[in-house]
Amino acid sequence: MKKLSLLLLALAFALAAAVSGCCDQVADQNSAGPVALAKADQGAAAMVTSGRTQTPSDQAETKAGDAKPVPPAATKPAPADAKAPAEKAPAAPAAEKKIPAGEPIKIGAIFAVTGPASSLGLPEKQTVEMLQEKINATGGILGRPLQVIVYDDKGDPKETVNFANRLIQNDKVAAVIGPTTSGTSLAIIDALSEAQIPLVSCAASFKIVTDDAGKARKWIFKTPQSDSLAVEKIFDYLNQKQISKIAIMSSADGYGESGRDELKRLAPNYKIEILADEQFGPQDPDMNAQLTKIKGTVSKAIVIWGIQKAPAIIAQNAKTLGLTQLIIQSHGVASKTFIELCGDAADGQVLPAGRLIVVDQLADSDPQKALLAEYKKEFEAKFAPDKISTFGGHAYDAIMLVKLAIEKAGSTEPAKLRDALETIQGFSGTGGIFNMTVADHNGLTKDAFVMVEIKNKDWAIIKP
Amino acid sequence: MDFLLESLPQCLINGLTRGSIYALIAIGFTIVYNSTDAINFAQGEFSMLGGMIAVSLAGAVAGLGLVLPTWVYVPFAALAVMAVASAFELGAINPARKAAPVNLVIITIGGSILLKGIAMLIWGKDDLMLAPFSAARTIRLGPVGFELQSVWVWAATLIAVVLLHLFFRRTIAGKALRACAQDRTAGALMGIDAGRMTLIAFALAGAIGALAGVIVTPLIYVNYFSGTLIGLKGFCASVLGGMGSIPGAVVGGLAIGVLEQLFGTYLSTGYMDAFAFVVMLAVLLVRPSGLLGEPEGDRA
Repeated sequence: MKKLSLLLLALAFALAAAVSGCCDQVADQNSAGPVALAKADQGAAAMVTSGRTQTPSDQAETKAGDAKPVPPAATKPAPADAKAPAEKAPAAPAAEKKIPAGEPIKIGAIFAVTGPASSLGLPEKQTVEMLQEKINATGGILGRPLQVIVYDDKGDPKETVNFANRLIQNDKVAAVIGPTTSGTSLAIIDALSEAQIPLVSCAASFKIVTDDAGKARKWIFKTPQSDSLAVEKIFDYLNQKQISKIAIMSSADGYGESGRDELKRLAPNYKIEILADEQFGPQDPDMNAQLTKIKGTVSKAIVIWGIQKAPAIIAQNAKTLGLTQLIIQSHGVASKTFIELCGDAADGQVLPAGRLIVVDQLADSDPQKALLAEYKKEFEAKFAPDKISTFGGHAYDAIMLVKLAIEKAGSTEPAKLRDALETIQGFSGTGGIFNMTVADHNGLTKDAFVMVEIKNKDWAIIKP
Repeated sequence: MDFLLESLPQCLINGLTRGSIYALIAIGFTIVYNSTDAINFAQGEFSMLGGMIAVSLAGAVAGLGLVLPTWVYVPFAALAVMAVASAFELGAINPARKAAPVNLVIITIGGSILLKGIAMLIWGKDDLMLAPFSAARTIRLGPVGFELQSVWVWAATLIAVVLLHLFFRRTIAGKALRACAQDRTAGALMGIDAGRMTLIAFALAGAIGALAGVIVTPLIYVNYFSGTLIGLKGFCASVLGGMGSIPGAVVGGLAIGVLEQLFGTYLSTGYMDAFAFVVMLAVLLVRPSGLLGEPEGDRA
């Protein structure tokens, strides 16, 4: 009896390790982390392969509300669904639309649909599904149906690498979109470059597209505004407010460290002095120590670079400790979930964000307003009101850029796709107006951002 | 120097706040250690489960259109986690009861991984929130500010210590638990069912863990792996205070909390987490029985 129990326990141990082993302590997305059991990767991968584009949208409802207690998460779509190929033919047989036919064009996508970056990855996946339907309903690309193969890497660089290899070798895609975070993107730039398949990342760090020598990586592009642009926008704002002494707090992960580097690098250009340079862990229960230190300085503003709950905890702690500094967040928290997590400490914070979240407040003459309004309407109608986020917009831009490139090149050959991507000019996307060049694989300027303030638990655009 | 003086009160309050969280977890460690001589590394997960269950209950209640104060969920979460802890004891600890304590420790580590995995499957990977016990959040006393919820944590710790003290010293079950911990065989000779004692100990640890989890979630949110770090820090606190002594657990928890904050505020915030473990190592080297523990010895 004792042996049986121990055996059962060992089995449970192995099962639990297989399910959660590789996902432990994912907070530091830069680190290699403990070696995952090989079985764990396969086990976990099998569970999420069913992230083929036909996942039911009710799962979106349960995942979308971060602050509300999550009802037992719909266990990942049963593997049985994975066998069914993603739809190709358009749903509504509108007679005048061309029905795409022929070999589907396969594009890969890796998003952090679950895990620490899920509030970024889920809207990205939803957007991609929505766009795939829309594109196929209006004739596909080059007359062929679009098939986007979506994988969930859970924000874990080890999984991202696995899925990247699978997309390159098994699925043989023409291009890859995503991943969601800087850490996971940096993990696969080498693999994609060696395989010579273009990558259009949805993550922020400028290091993704720029190598250490300052040159653009040949096969890698990205759609979100670079963190360097966000920093410049923030510093412009500080100059305007005549604030020259600040404190910075950054999270100890890929996103935070990249932001910190940019803040320190660009501060002298704007005559801004950094009086305190603190770091925090993304999973820390509170940041009172760092804030107590900052309270002792004469800084007039605190710039915080992190995602998910940590910046919200900082805002609350700052209020509790009675700090008077202006709190400036990064564009990484530009979603409603953040406001919910902040609770009463939300109001008064300022951050740079893409125009998408304040589309209703834009002037009619703004060149991006029409596109943004349409995207917002369609997304919220399909998924949930008020769930629009700039991150979904990054995926939107990525897919549209790839579509444009294929149409421009007239082919799905990765090399031609890449060349075409590099020459796209004047594309008005959700993140801004893209002008790609050989030297610039992001294609945006700091005007892609607007400064936004949180008022009455909602976004309010700050007029320049 | 000015900075030192001005920020010291705030630093101490920060330390007491976090320290009381560690103290509650450390008490759970102590209870299990007192009856089985083994460390239960799933204690942090008991706390995490308490928080998660309360979140689900709050969600279900909200689904009915009601809003109940958060403390209402404490007894329900405690009962649920007691059930889980008891199941864990019956299924994993009891069959291995003749094993050396080190084996039991490894089993509890396995248990903690299992609970984490189950929590991840049920509740997903997001951070979940609970409303604080009372509406007002912040208290300011002069230059110092802290959250009202921290007061509840301190109150809960105090109540837990008093009740447990009474339990262990004044009730038969409590005394039986202590007897069992001292010498299992002698206890059996006195008619104490050791298996039942261990079960009670785990159930109790589960309840305390759940209490800690629910009280602390409004402060720091909860997700499927938030139990790990808190559990490890709580373990450090028990070691510092003296494994096996409940007042020691409280003293250890508060001490670790304050020391951590002092180190972080005046030296380096980057290494703050590591500092707690350094303290534990120092204690083990210099005075293994901890601050309030009794030195143990075996006859050669």
